[in-house]
Amino acid sequence: MDIERHEFDVVVIGAGGAGLRAAIEARQQGKKTAIVCKSLFGKAHTVMAEGGAAAAMGNVNPADNWQVHFRDTMRGGKFLNNWRMAELHAKEAPDRVWELEAWGALFDRTKDGKISQRNFGGHEYPRLAHVGDRTGLEMIRTLQQRVVALQQEDYAVHGDYEAYIKVFAECTVTRLLKDDAGAIAGTFGYRRETGRLMLIEAPAVVLATGGIGKSYVVTSNSWEYTGDGHALALLAGARLINMEFIQFHPTGMVWPPSVRGILVTESVRGDGGVLRNSEGKRFMFDYIPEVFKDKYATTEEEADRWYTDQAGNRRPPELLPRDEVARAINSEVKAGRGSPQGGVFLDVSSRLPAEEIRRRLPSMHHQFKELADVDITAEPMQVGPTCHYVMGGVEVDADTAAASVPGLFAAGEVSGGMHGSNRLGGNSLSDLLVFGRRAGAGAAAYIDGLERRPAVPDDAVAEAQAEVLAPLERPGENPYEVHHELQRTMNELVGIIRRAGEMAEALEAVEKLRERAKGVGAAGSRIYNPGWHLCLDLRNMLLVSECVARAALARQESRGGHTRDDYPDMTADWRRRLLVCTAAPDGTSVNVQEQVQPSMRADLITLFERGELSKYLTDEEMAEYDLAVKES
Amino acid sequence: MSYKAKFRIWRGEGGEGRLEDFTVEVNEGEVVLDIIHRLQATQAPDLAVRWNCKAGKCGSCSMEINGKPKLGCMTRMSTFGEDEVITVTPMRTFPVIKDLVTDVSFNYQKAREIPSFTPPSDVRPGEYRMKQIDVERSQEFRKCIECFMCNNVCHVIRDHDENKQAFAGPRFLMQIAELDMHPYDVADRQDSAQDEHGLGYCNITKCCTEVCPEHIKITDNALIPMKERVVDRRYDPLVWLGNKIFKRSAAK
Ligand SMILES: Cc1cc2nc3c(=O)[nH]c(=O)nc-3n(C[C@H](O)[C@H](O)[C@H](O)COP(=O)(O)OP(=O)(O)OC[C@H]3O[C@@H](n4cnc5c(N)ncnc54)[C@H](O)[C@@H]3O)c2cc1C
Ligand code: SF4
Ligand code: SF4
Ligand code: FES
Repeated sequence: MDIERHEFDVVVIGAGGAGLRAAIEARQQGKKTAIVCKSLFGKAHTVMAEGGAAAAMGNVNPADNWQVHFRDTMRGGKFLNNWRMAELHAKEAPDRVWELEAWGALFDRTKDGKISQRNFGGHEYPRLAHVGDRTGLEMIRTLQQRVVALQQEDYAVHGDYEAYIKVFAECTVTRLLKDDAGAIAGTFGYRRETGRLMLIEAPAVVLATGGIGKSYVVTSNSWEYTGDGHALALLAGARLINMEFIQFHPTGMVWPPSVRGILVTESVRGDGGVLRNSEGKRFMFDYIPEVFKDKYATTEEEADRWYTDQAGNRRPPELLPRDEVARAINSEVKAGRGSPQGGVFLDVSSRLPAEEIRRRLPSMHHQFKELADVDITAEPMQVGPTCHYVMGGVEVDADTAAASVPGLFAAGEVSGGMHGSNRLGGNSLSDLLVFGRRAGAGAAAYIDGLERRPAVPDDAVAEAQAEVLAPLERPGENPYEVHHELQRTMNELVGIIRRAGEMAEALEAVEKLRERAKGVGAAGSRIYNPGWHLCLDLRNMLLVSECVARAALARQESRGGHTRDDYPDMTADWRRRLLVCTAAPDGTSVNVQEQVQPSMRADLITLFERGELSKYLTDEEMAEYDLAVKES
Repeated sequence: MSYKAKFRIWRGEGGEGRLEDFTVEVNEGEVVLDIIHRLQATQAPDLAVRWNCKAGKCGSCSMEINGKPKLGCMTRMSTFGEDEVITVTPMRTFPVIKDLVTDVSFNYQKAREIPSFTPPSDVRPGEYRMKQIDVERSQEFRKCIECFMCNNVCHVIRDHDENKQAFAGPRFLMQIAELDMHPYDVADRQDSAQDEHGLGYCNITKCCTEVCPEHIKITDNALIPMKERVVDRRYDPLVWLGNKIFKRSAAK
């Protein structure tokens, strides 16, 4: 079969929030844009987001502003965040949310007709713009319809809907192609529906491929999350940072087994739900860490008052950042105080009237009723931690989303830095919009500065083609078995709580699986063949898993989404060190290096109190802070 | 708790196919999609099926189970008897690509034909003010996960390819209603609903409403009100103008 060829200015890989916002921007700047995605248009992972998008609009509490949001984000990430990204994010999120409204989104409203905002873990004020508990659906549909609106404009002018923006749905990219000078020249992949190979020549590529959760057994993530973008970037010579930080969401479903890991939105807690152990105790009060002591309520009475009077009371500890809550649940279960199915109880039924629960949390109500026979208006849910989000990703320039490879950009979950060691709920949807837009603009500006279009070398195409077809040409091991074994390995050995010996064991296991993956084969034709697709996805999952395990083994401290049993403390010294992963071009080895985290700009660092910063920073950094305060 | 279930699954590509029999393990709490995944992992690695969220949120896994359009991920095995043969086939209204995967491009084409949200030119982002009660009607329709089962089941196109040209299907007629009820949309949608998107073909049988996994009252809340608006409008053009002005000022 011949290879289908196309030419575009920008190829956006991914049709989630980040990819669609990037594509919209590139098209609005006059660039011919292709959107490539593995699922149908409108089905990307973003569609599953529930709780909301964080933006300091101050609609519910006027005391909110970008500075407060910035501080919350840095705190949530334990100060490991790329502070420039956190700054841009906090400043631009409101505009990005309002823009959605002008494209037709219908968020829930406040009494005075503005966009309503809800409480979420780690956010000081009600900050999440939302639609019930289906915010991601609203976001993706709005962006999808914006793409269609632009296509309609193009149709009116050029007589062709796809003159400037074309969606290649159910297509998988397997390689980024570079020209002889090392700049991005295009993408190679295949159509899932037909198995036809496809080459898109383009000087700029935006990665917006989402996360990596499918390397774990218990996960809230879908089949798409095989870390493709992370692996594509590595193989093209780009750098990944913070790969050791993985967010285990505290509340996934635990029963029945087939839905284990499916998410229970944090809104349940934001709207009043509480966590209890088998003794009926609200155990989170026992787990407030030192650094957050003055921000969280110490009694149930104060915690309950907070829902109605936030100025006079501290927040309930159920709303601590996710890493804290996930660890607490893990400890309770380990101590034998878990629920019958191995989780803890999350109860909203005794806290809100049934009618109110159905109105505020309709899809949770539906999900538990249909999948677990549990009526959440009448009884508690059972929940436990689930692999949810990867903080690590492609290292990018904050302002332009450019990666180190010329012509490569990344936005959304596949990029790294913004969330530091732990992401706050709601900060992803806003991240997608802010940096999706910046990536689209970055790609457009990059193209404007080019003198000629880079050319795709023929041998690179031939290699990519051979790689894709190989599994079809050999009778080999069943790829599902290799995948299951990888998931078990990562879940058990590089999970929530980590130990040096286990991670070393994981690395050995990954090495062996990599050998086995070379021999997996796919029966059947090229038409919509999931076995074949999985054979190809294994390369990415294995590469990314190795990055996670290597970086996790290297970081000898506990911080955010990285908890070491053998190094339980957070240290100021490690905060300054970022771990950077690179790979050999053939993907056979991963290398981890340390890199110094740049100091925060003076006007940003002085937004924090000395007492708080001193819990995180080295003495040397504190001296810089004191100087900055003196000069300001 | 586990048992062996009997499945008959449509297998085939390129316009040909047949029902294939499988015997497969079922465990407590599982859904039909779990069983299909088990078949992929153990007996039929190339069995084609779409899915993403496994929680009824993305609308990917539409299929016909014992002849009824259903989401595979939300159909519990416990709703069947242990000795019942469960037949799984692809959606009938759309051409089969392979096994349970159909070519749903019809829906994306129709989506492109519906004029998009058209706000007034003088309202800037951030200035929108809407009451909860005014957005709720359209919000109901925006719950749609685009599983396309309503379009699949609607008799206007189910066995009538010839009507596909003229009929947007309940999913997209509902989208017209949604935009028409949007407090800030100023486009004139009523004539085109009737003349260009085939609202008149709908004879309110409500089959679409019955299969909607989001329990959206497609017929009662979207299609019938839209039909009424078209009728009113055709009697009295002033009604339309009045409606729009009222909508705008009520929104403020
Ligand atoms: C259940 C759940 C609930 C969540 N709730 C919230 C919330 O309330 N608030 C919040 O802020 N965040 C939430 N998150 C996190 C957030 O939804 C995700 O981080 C975010 O949607 C990721 O968006 P994205 O644009 O980066 O990628 P995605 O939306 O995942 O899109 C990735 C795209 O890349 C495509 N792709 C991947 N690999 C390839 C390839 N090789 N070739 C071609 N295309 C490819 C996919 O097909 C897809 O279109 C939630 C996550 C989950 C799982
Ligand atoms: S109510 Fe109308 S749109 Fe719905 S199935 Fe019947 S004819 Fe089709
Ligand atoms: S309206 Fe209901 S049945 Fe129709 S596509 Fe949407 S969710 Fe599916
Ligand atoms: S897999 Fe998403 S609706 Fe079934």
